[in-house]
Amino acid sequence: MFELLEFVRQPWPWYVAGPLIALIMFALIWFGERFGLSSNLRTICSMLGAGKYADFFRFNWRADIWNIVFIAGALLGGALAHLFLSPDIPMSLSPATVTELQSLGVEEPGEYMVPTSVFSWESLLTLRGILMLVVGGFLIGFGTRYAGGCTSGHAISGLSNLQIPSLVAVVGFFIGGLLITYFVLPYLLLV
Amino acid sequence: MKYIKYLFLGVLFGIILTKSEVVSWYRIYEMFRFQSFHMYGVIGSAVIVGTLLVQIIKRTKMRSIAGTPIFIAPKEPGFVRYLAGGTIFGMGWAMTGACPGPLFILVGNGVVVMLVVIASAVLGTFVYGLVRHRLPH
Repeated sequence: MFELLEFVRQPWPWYVAGPLIALIMFALIWFGERFGLSSNLRTICSMLGAGKYADFFRFNWRADIWNIVFIAGALLGGALAHLFLSPDIPMSLSPATVTELQSLGVEEPGEYMVPTSVFSWESLLTLRGILMLVVGGFLIGFGTRYAGGCTSGHAISGLSNLQIPSLVAVVGFFIGGLLITYFVLPYLLLV
Repeated sequence: MKYIKYLFLGVLFGIILTKSEVVSWYRIYEMFRFQSFHMYGVIGSAVIVGTLLVQIIKRTKMRSIAGTPIFIAPKEPGFVRYLAGGTIFGMGWAMTGACPGPLFILVGNGVVVMLVVIASAVLGTFVYGLVRHRLPH
């Protein structure tokens, strides 16, 4: 039992995680639903009364409570993994990434899951923090609803169902991601 | 009680994405810099297994747990919305290092400042709802 726990506590390789994510999608479809997380953001808007301002939010959000429960479970799962299943070792990032980020002023890349200098409350008082967290979050919410899905809805569910629109969306994910990573982050991280 | 199974699946999802480091800003940075295969392996193997499972569902005319026929809705036809919306989301993904699932999973991992990112994302969706009639789709 202890050995099993030690085994599970190691970082999981991609060939374990990917198929398990596909099984989560399969289970949700079997339950009569779908695998798509960004629609929760719309549901939250409706729950908060956004229907008063736009008809886009006037839908039967109670039918989507299952997805809010799913994402609450995901938060809980993150906490359980963090508290009980995490080894106290740094991530094994690619050496190229580590060297590059160090040259951009990121201290101890991979020591924790996120660069703590950016992902902290104090960081919200800086231009970098506002851009990366507040503007970044806004773009996620706006973009996913405009595109009608995110990584789960398009990249995994959509591509698994051989949907061309999802392929276009994934190309978009990369256009946006590459633009920011190559032309914005190097300057933003050095600020 | 009917929601218990979704809670259980969500917990598994949170554990999988944490243990495979998909929720890490660094993994997303590595992916967009093409410096590691990890994220491509995760998404790629999910899509390969997912495609097989979807084919099995369709070809065996599998029924849902409630006994009803399973219908997987196709995406609405379109181009501009997928490319433009996808690009906007990709920018946010690269900045925050998180897509909508990991935003919540990271809160569970103790990155509580992600609550601000979630609030911002909810606002982004709200603004989309206000202006969507004026956008090309």
